[in-house]
Parts: sequence; structure tokens; C-alpha cells
Amino acid sequence: MLAIAREPIDVAAVEAAVGAPEFGAVVTFVGRVRQRADDGQSVDGLTYEAHEPLAVETFERIVREQREQHGALEIAIVHREGVLDVGEVAVVVSVAAPHRREAFAACAATIEALKQQAPIWKKERYADGSARWRENSR
Amino acid sequence: MNVRVFAFARLRELLGERHRELRLDDGARVADVWERLEREVPELASLRASTRVARNGRIVAGDETLRDGDELAFMPPSGGG
Repeated sequence: MLAIAREPIDVAAVEAAVGAPEFGAVVTFVGRVRQRADDGQSVDGLTYEAHEPLAVETFERIVREQREQHGALEIAIVHREGVLDVGEVAVVVSVAAPHRREAFAACAATIEALKQQAPIWKKERYADGSARWRENSR
Repeated sequence: MNVRVFAFARLRELLGERHRELRLDDGARVADVWERLEREVPELASLRASTRVARNGRIVAGDETLRDGDELAFMPPSGGG
């Protein structure tokens, strides 16, 4: 399951997508819309925009890279598009691996790679009515 | 030749639309498209260095030569997650 979602993400369904029985460890990262921006401004919500085909291709490439590095594992990635409120789930990464060490490592590496590489953009909406596109720091 | 140009996020807002068709001279390069957009919207100039361009789904450099029917996507630095 590698997808851009326009509706709220069902976290359990993403995790269930990596349910092969040979994998004993599942690590899931859930990213939610935070109430405060990094600079302290009060956030009302976010709007995400994606280049969907290229985003999904980027997810596929990230999964291939993690398999090359950690061996057999399954990864599901779903990222929201559209208008989100504070507290809503923006992204879910679920990794299943034979053991916890690879599962933790691949999950962390996947979300970092997604933030740097995936063609997805966010606009923060603030309590004072203003809004601003936010890029991830490198 | 004609190419389809897509712009995202801040770039889409500056251009006023997500998608447009451009007619170009044969032999035109990716950079020529950007320069044409920049003439129309001078604010784009400061974003050029950070903008990635995909041609038919593959990230390319500015000197890449275009063909009729190409699809270009102009993309700011990522903000996902």
C-alpha cells in the first residue's frame, strides 16, 4: 500500500497491509498535524498538495532502497492530500520485518527520506488567518 | 511544439494555475520554459535554484532538450510528512 489519500487515513488498515506472517516485528510511524509551528505560531491546520504519480514513484523507490539495505521487509506508506485540522493524521509509515532492529531502522529511514524527497507540499494556516508554504529543513 | 506545464504549491499560486500548455520553438530546453514563466512572473526568479523539474516523471536538469507532447512539472522543495 503506497498511496496519496484524500480522505482520513485508517491507521489500522495501513498496518494490516504489511501483515505477512514471516515478519515478527511491525513498527508504525503516525505523523499528525501539530498545534504549534516550529517557530511557535499557533496552527489552525494544514493543506497538503502532492504530485501524486511522482509521489507514489518516490515511495516505491524508498521501499526498494530500504530492502537493499535491510533485506526482506514490507513497507506501507500513505500520505494525505487536502485540508487537515490539528490532530488529524497526515502520514502513516508501517514497516514489517523479521525482527525489531530492521523494522525500527527502516521505519525511521523511510519517513526521513519521504520528507526530503517526496513531491508533497504543505501550507500552514495560522490562527490569525494568514497562511504560508513550509519546506522541510535539510 | 507544445508542452504541458504543471506547477505545484507556491509555484502554482504564483503562476495562478496548476496547468498550462505552452507553444515552444523546436530545440527548446527546460530552462527556456522557466525563463518564459519568469518573464511573466518575476517573483519566480528567487525560487529557481530550489525548484526541481520533472520531465515526463523523471527529474531533469535545465539543459535537457524538450520534445513535442512533453509534460513538465515544476516543484518547490518538499514539505511532506
